[in-house]
Amino acid sequence: MGLIVTNWVRLSLLVVASLVVASCGSDQESAGEVLVSAAASLTDLFTEMEESYESEHPGVDVIVNFGGSPALREQIIQGAPVDVFASADLANMEALVERNLVGGEPQVFASNQLQIAVPSGNPGGVSGVSDFGDDALLVGLCAEEVPCGRLAREVLANAGVMAAVDSNEPDVRALLTKIELGELDLGIVYVTDVMASEGSVEGIAIPDEVNVATEYPIAVLSDAPNSDLADDFVSWVTSDDGAAIVAEYGFRLP
Amino acid sequence: MVVLAGLGLALFVLPLIGLLGRVPWADLPALLSSEVVTDALRISLIVSILATVISLVLGVPIAWVLARVEFPGRSLARGVVTLPLVLPPVVGGAALLFALGRRGLVGEPLYEATGLLLPFSTWGVVVATTFVAMPFMVITLEGALRNMDLRYEGAAASLGASRGTVFRRVTLPMVAPSLVAGIVLTWARAFGEFGATVTFAGNLQGRTQSLPLAVFIALESDRATAVTISLMMVVISLVVLVALRDRWWRTT
Repeated sequence: MGLIVTNWVRLSLLVVASLVVASCGSDQESAGEVLVSAAASLTDLFTEMEESYESEHPGVDVIVNFGGSPALREQIIQGAPVDVFASADLANMEALVERNLVGGEPQVFASNQLQIAVPSGNPGGVSGVSDFGDDALLVGLCAEEVPCGRLAREVLANAGVMAAVDSNEPDVRALLTKIELGELDLGIVYVTDVMASEGSVEGIAIPDEVNVATEYPIAVLSDAPNSDLADDFVSWVTSDDGAAIVAEYGFRLP
Repeated sequence: MVVLAGLGLALFVLPLIGLLGRVPWADLPALLSSEVVTDALRISLIVSILATVISLVLGVPIAWVLARVEFPGRSLARGVVTLPLVLPPVVGGAALLFALGRRGLVGEPLYEATGLLLPFSTWGVVVATTFVAMPFMVITLEGALRNMDLRYEGAAASLGASRGTVFRRVTLPMVAPSLVAGIVLTWARAFGEFGATVTFAGNLQGRTQSLPLAVFIALESDRATAVTISLMMVVISLVVLVALRDRWWRTT
């Protein structure tokens, strides 16, 4: 039940955060603040984006509110004074477009792909997607009910591999932990997870023909309290400067 | 007093009512007979009963030693045995992985010598569940053994009964109500075990997915199944707890 509790805690923190932000909203224009709501999987990337942008634009304060995309979407629908939304998938952005809450077209600025993760040293001798069918190896995936599990099954279907799964882990973190400990021989996670693990797991690329991607769109909201600055921030994220940081953090460019 | 008791009771009853309000009654037969549910029920029953039996075989001697044998470090031993009551089950599961996993302290030599692998197997679920549930057996029984009047055992021994006979014919009958309480509490804790199991043994339908794991996974996407399994667990547990209480606890 831990996950549910954390999600509730996270959600309540986000609500509190948006209330705090709302109460500061009145002097937002004069202070040159941009409030960005960004998906949790963008945490490392957007922390860097914020620092880089601020150092290039003295006097501008970028405030990033990280959270699960559905929770961020709900806050915006409920009227949180957000300038920019960066979602982990197209569906949550589309929900805002349908409600006319997005000014202009959302732009995909990054995408994430899947990768095979193995314990460091690759004790199972894993070489590719076909190893997921090997009964002698301990195979883990995310449960089908969570996005990483749904995407991993798309990859396996594309490759025509029947996986001999030994565990359907409840989330990508749990899966990574068991691979790090060497208890599982292989699993499918996001490319950025392997990068963020800093060597405690090794990544093996999945060929492009069978890999699937998740896309991250960004857009200025139609009710943005500070739309000029927001426009500038979004153009910067989608510019070559932003793209360099996107690539540095292991995300792909659209 | 009654008001406070009522308030306390409401804390237990309200969530139950909330759960009942979400039960998809019309689809219940189909949901209950789905393979996910029957597989998980089978695993849960096998595992909770095995864990209770193991807790009896190992837990009763632990309780007896802690209650009757003076040895240095006894308080420490008592603390260690009851540690799983305090430890978050997920941490317990991780600790079991470090010890008994394929790369674990004991697990690695064991795997290399015999090929036996506890994580991701039904036996792994039994181990994780026993780890979390056995302390209930030990503390319940140890308390009873410590409070027992030792003169009864002494009288039996003075009349020529062997130590084994004394334990079987005098000690056990005298602590029987606590033993039953220990069995029930241990089984109930085992039946609801989630955190240590998912961390140590993973989650695979038909092998390691017990009812609590099935509920947790289903909550992400399929609330009807999640609520159905929860209802099933509530009914089974209530039947066992109420039936046992009426039968064997009346004497206390």
